[in-house]
Amino acid sequence: MTAKEKEQKRPLPPLATWAPAVVLGWLIPGGGHFLLKRPGRGILLLLAIASMFVCGLMMRGYMFQPQTGDLLTTLINTGGFVGDLCGGLLYLLTVAFGYGQVDTPGHVHDYGTKFLVTAGLLNLLAMVDAFEIAAGRKN
Amino acid sequence: MKMNLSHFEAAFLFALFTSVVLGVVTRNTDRDRLHYGIYTFVCFMVALFGLGWLMYLGHG
Repeated sequence: MTAKEKEQKRPLPPLATWAPAVVLGWLIPGGGHFLLKRPGRGILLLLAIASMFVCGLMMRGYMFQPQTGDLLTTLINTGGFVGDLCGGLLYLLTVAFGYGQVDTPGHVHDYGTKFLVTAGLLNLLAMVDAFEIAAGRKN
Repeated sequence: MKMNLSHFEAAFLFALFTSVVLGVVTRNTDRDRLHYGIYTFVCFMVALFGLGWLMYLGHG
């Protein structure tokens, strides 16, 4: 059996070992790393992701809503919504306090929309990293 | 409060934040993380200036 096959067949660790870190990491960017006693990396993730999200908000970026229609519309809006949702508490608070903006033309708004989605996707990467640390697959 | 940034400023900030996160989550040692973060940031900047000049020259 090759090393790659061994890697693929490694069993999923128990839910209790990684779920708290992943959920906290979703809610608060870098939170999973704080829980796993990696505060330095947690602070960097928190600063980078939260700053990106706040910049996106200040640029009046658009918050995607899931929409159906033709394939491209569904893909862009649902994909964008998932990206926004990955922002965790930042996204939930933005929606709860009504800071979500309508889609407006202009390069600044467009950058803002990309900042918001990318902040969520970067948080997703941070959650995967927290999972790997909690599962003992990474230092 | 509204933030009005030029294309360059927005792309610079985007590159900076993204490089920090990619550096943190990608490698196993702090030294490698720092190197990868800097490498990613430089790649973003090269692509930014490269594409900028390409569009400028292509526009005629």
